[in-house]
Parts: sequence; C-alpha cells; structure tokens
Amino acid sequence: MITAITAGIDIGAKTVKVVILKGKDVIGRGMATTGLDQKESAEKAFKAALKEAKIDQKDIDRVTATGVGRMEAPYASSQITEVGADARGANFLNPAVRTLIDIGGEEGRGIKVSPQGKAVDFAINEKCAAGAGAFTEAMARALERPLKEFAELALKSTKSIPMNAQCAVFAESEVVSLIHAKTPHEDISRAVHDSIADRIISMVRRVGIEKEVMLAGGVAYNVGFVNSINIGLKLEVIVPEYPEYVGALGAALVAAEK
Amino acid sequence: MLANYGYKDGSGDYFIAIDTDKCNGCAKCVDACPQSVFEMGDDDSDPLREEPVARVSGEQRKKLKYACAPCKRYLTTLSGGKTEETMKEIEKLPCVVSCELRAINHSW
Amino acid sequence: MAEEKKEYWRWLESRWTNPNINWRQAKIITGGVDVGSVSTQAVIMADGDLYAFANMRTGSDSPNSARNAFNWALEGTGMAETDVKYTVGTGYGRVNVPMAKKAITEIACHARGANFMYGPTVRTVLDMGGQDCKAIRIDDKGKVESFLMNDKCAAGTGRGMEVFSDLLTISINDVGKMSMEVDVEPEPVSSTCVIFAKTEATGLLRQGWAKNKVLAAYCRAMAGRVNELLQRVGVVKDFAITGGIAKNIGVVSRLENLLGLKALTPRHDTQLAGAIGAALFAKGLLEKDLKK
Ligand code: SF4
Ligand code: SF4
Repeated sequence: MITAITAGIDIGAKTVKVVILKGKDVIGRGMATTGLDQKESAEKAFKAALKEAKIDQKDIDRVTATGVGRMEAPYASSQITEVGADARGANFLNPAVRTLIDIGGEEGRGIKVSPQGKAVDFAINEKCAAGAGAFTEAMARALERPLKEFAELALKSTKSIPMNAQCAVFAESEVVSLIHAKTPHEDISRAVHDSIADRIISMVRRVGIEKEVMLAGGVAYNVGFVNSINIGLKLEVIVPEYPEYVGALGAALVAAEK
Repeated sequence: MLANYGYKDGSGDYFIAIDTDKCNGCAKCVDACPQSVFEMGDDDSDPLREEPVARVSGEQRKKLKYACAPCKRYLTTLSGGKTEETMKEIEKLPCVVSCELRAINHSW
Repeated sequence: MAEEKKEYWRWLESRWTNPNINWRQAKIITGGVDVGSVSTQAVIMADGDLYAFANMRTGSDSPNSARNAFNWALEGTGMAETDVKYTVGTGYGRVNVPMAKKAITEIACHARGANFMYGPTVRTVLDMGGQDCKAIRIDDKGKVESFLMNDKCAAGTGRGMEVFSDLLTISINDVGKMSMEVDVEPEPVSSTCVIFAKTEATGLLRQGWAKNKVLAAYCRAMAGRVNELLQRVGVVKDFAITGGIAKNIGVVSRLENLLGLKALTPRHDTQLAGAIGAALFAKGLLEKDLKK
C-alpha cells in the first residue's frame, strides 16, 4: 500500500499555515501572512510547504481546511473547526495533554482535550487585543524594543508589579508612566506578561485546567509569557517545537484518517 | 435605580445590573459569590440614601468576564447575550439565586 | 463672559463670576470641586444658582489642583473660603479635595449637574470623557434611574479618538469636522477594538482611502458603539451629550442620526456638570445638617 500524502491548511486572521503529512510524518510546513486576498496568501503558504516537502501539488491526496477562513480553500475535501483541529494536533504531539492553550495575535483559546484527541469543552477570547498576542506586541512597541528582546527581559525581573489597565490601549499609557517613573524595563516586561497571563488563565479556568497543559500558537515563542503562565498555573506547560502549526497539523491528521 | 457594573469591550458585553430599589442590604450575594465580586457600601448614585447597598467591587468591575468564567460554563455551548437559553442559565448563577429580592441580573 | 488664560492642548483655562448675583445677600453658599484626570473645576453656588467657577488643568497632585481651582474661583469676589459653608468633592480625585466635607461619585454629580444645565426635561445623558464613557438616565429632578460606566475599554472614549488622530496626524480638534467632508458615508470600521481598528485603518489607507474617509468610517463606528451603550440604559428624550466628544461633530451628528434625536444645547460649558452637581448636593446636605 502506498502511504497517503495529506495536507492541513489553517487560514487564520493574521497568518495562513500549511502542514503536509506522509502517513504520520510531517514532511513540509509553510506559512504566509494573511493579506487582503486570503486565497492568494493560502496559495503562498501552500507553495512554501510543497517546496519543503519536495513534492508537487498533484501528489497530495487530500486536504482538510481549518481556521476562520477555512471556506476560502475550495480544494479542501473537508473542513474542521479551529478547536477540533487544535485538539487533534495537540493529542498527536503528546497524548497526555488534557488542556491546550492556543494564543495567536488576535485570538486566545482554551481547550479541554479528551484522551482520544477530541475537544470536550472550550473558551475563546476574540476581538479584544487585551487577551491576545497583539497586547504584548503593543507593549513592546511602547518600550521601543523588538518583541523577542522585550519578552526575554521578563526573565530577569526581580519584582512583580500589578498592572491596572485591562485594555491594550490604556495599558500602553500605563507602561509609558512606568517608564517615566524609572521602573526597570525588566519589571515592566514581567508586569505586562503577568497581566496577560492572568487573563488567559482566568479564561481557561472556565473549561477547567488539568495536566498536562500545552501551549500553542505564535505567542508560545514568547519566553516571558511562558514564564508568567508557568508561575500563574504553578506547573510547567509543554511547548511543542512548532507551536503555531498545531491547528494545521490537526487538520492534516483529519485528512489522513478520511 | 438600576446600576450597571461592568463593561463592553471588543469581545462582548459583561454587565451585572443591581436594582438598588430592590436591594435591602442583606449581603447574601457577598457570601454566595465564590469570586468576591460583590461588596456592601454607600449607594454611589444616590448620596442621600443612608442604608448600604450591594455593589460590584472596584477590583472586579473591569474583569467580570474573567471573574465569572467558572460560573458560566454554559457559554461554551450557548452564545451569550439575552437568548432564552442563556436567560435560563443566568437564573441558576449563585449570586442570582442568593438574592431573594431578585435585585441581581447579568447581561451575558 | 469668562476670562481666558493660558491655552492648553485642547481647551482653555477659564474663570467666571455671575454679575447678576450679590453673594452677600445669599442665604446658602456651597461649593463643588471636580478633580478629573485632565481638568479640575471648582464652582461656587449661591442659593442654588451658579455664582462663580474656575476650570483648570489638573496638576500632578489632586489636593493642590483642587485648592488652586477653588482659590481661583474665589478670586476677585471678595468671598473667603469660610464663606462657603459646605463643599463636596467629586471626580476621580474626589477623596483628595481638602475643603470638601464629603465625596460623591461623578455619576450622581453629573446627573444632578446635567439637570441644572439642561433643565428638567433632560432624561438621558451621555458623557464621553478622555478615558471613559458614561450613559445615565435621570428623572426630572436629576436623580439617577439607571447608569453604566465603561472605563475598561478604550473604544468609545476620547482615548480611542486620539489614537486615530495620532495615526492620521490630524489634530484632535479637527477630526470631527474633517470626517464630515465625505460625499458618500463609508461603512463603519468593523473592529470595535481600537488596536484592531487601527490595523484595519492602516489597511484602508494602503488601499488608497483618503484620511477623511477613514475618519468618517471611524466616527461612524464610534457613534454605533456609544449608541449600543446608551441602549443598555434606555434612551428617553430629551437627550444631552457632555464631555470632550460633545465637541466632535463627526461623532455627535452620526449619533443623532442613529437615535433620531437631537442633543440639547447646554447653558454652560459641559465640563462644569460634575462640579455643579457637587455644589447642589452640598446645598442639600447642608440643609439636612441645619435641620438637625
Ligand atoms: S456569576 Fe455571580 S456568583 Fe458567580 S462569580 Fe459571577 S458574580 Fe459571583
Ligand atoms: S480597546 Fe482595549 S479593551 Fe477595548 S477591545 Fe481593544 S484591547 Fe480590548
């Protein structure tokens, strides 16, 4: 029997991600930022993944689409919700995962995952930057530092200070006044990450937090955020190697099972 | 007087309404709420009133969506807002149940 | 007319004395001081009528700001601080007003002040400040019937508008007027969140939208949003708008369209509403004390 080659495409508000599987092995990944034309961005991400897999479009047996723009992929033979794809991907990466926290630039999700890789329950924060990656990006801009550097600063902080603002815009002003008050940037970074981690944890609490906990989405690269989440949850979360591809991976797995 | 505590942000409306004309200051909601959302104090909007009333604490006013999340598991399957089903679920919240005078209501 | 002093970023410091009142003949003199995050107002009322006011920028500490504004209101009147029998503090710095006997929240004072400024027919008051947005329904005596205050989210506040005025490099005073200069009204910006709306606007500019069209789309979104807030307390006419956004024609006219109602024109600068309400409460409290 020839091993099937399948693809999962995750069309989000900010980025499109593609994962190509041969059987159960990942052979290609591709990403593109979502421009004005979602179809075009999807194509770009697809091409990048095909290139890495060193195969042709026609070699792909089936495609499953996920993400807000999943209807923009007419070549997909099936669709799956973001939550379902996320749960599937997380379970594949580590079957012990019971809680998945997925934070992207514009959205945050908490998902309760069954031992079979099904989403049992979920909570979402969308349309408010205060509960998504856009929050930390805005704060890094206020401190005029690249995001990565800003995130790493948090690890050197010695003091935790509370932030009052629950809005990304008001938090920017608060950060500016902290700068004026000569607060060390390390502590500001820590405060920013604690504040968003606090909101995320409260959101996920609605589905119940159970071990193991995995962190997915682009924000999982942010070490300051991971640190604050670990402190807040009093445990060590699992961060997979390609955290932003968990949803696309889940979709590709669904395609493989069809 | 209907005091709406809470907020509306990009993600939705999160208001707890307290009818201060109904509230008699019994403080049962303060004990019932697992997240310390309520407190007793002066009526902010009627300075001439002498008896204390229930209010949403300043600490929680900007975080209600999160504070009430564990009580509102129903939001996973229901959309929130004032649909008939959510209204039924709201009736079962610990704070709403605790108030015999029915002075407390939620918007989501 | 009010004499005007230094010019600040978007409004003028000012003080005023009512030439038709002789305070020495008044039975009850009370004061109200509203310490806000940006400006501080002090008013003196004689028998429930506005006698003098001062409107200044809030300095770095609340007690001093309150004192400066209060002294400026008294300046040239021949009145001493001790002639003011009862003073109430309000606004975000209300607990730090040294001459105040009591602090009362801005919602109550605002409602009472709006009743004074607009007359007893006003039932719905929208106050859009720099950092919050309040919707208040009142009865014919200025007593609050229903209210909400949104100070969590920047959307629908002056701050949200500032973000756009920064983005488009247009003075905050001109954004409203400029937004009216469009032939066809565009669809409102779809994101409520100011951060996401900014991203959306950047995209629209890149698509070649003119700045005034982007502003029109944002002012419309803002009007839609405050309309939703107003609907929560219920809109009953007459209707009035106070706070900084009251001066933004782009938002006000679009909101009036949505409501199908015209906003009332005030008798005094709407910034004074809170302080006037405080001074009126002071009168009520003083009368209550005297009866005892
Ligand atoms: S739903 Fe009621 S009882 Fe539960 S946390 Fe919220 S306010 Fe408290
Ligand atoms: S403006 Fe602030 S509170 Fe409002 S939706 Fe955006 S981040 Fe959230």
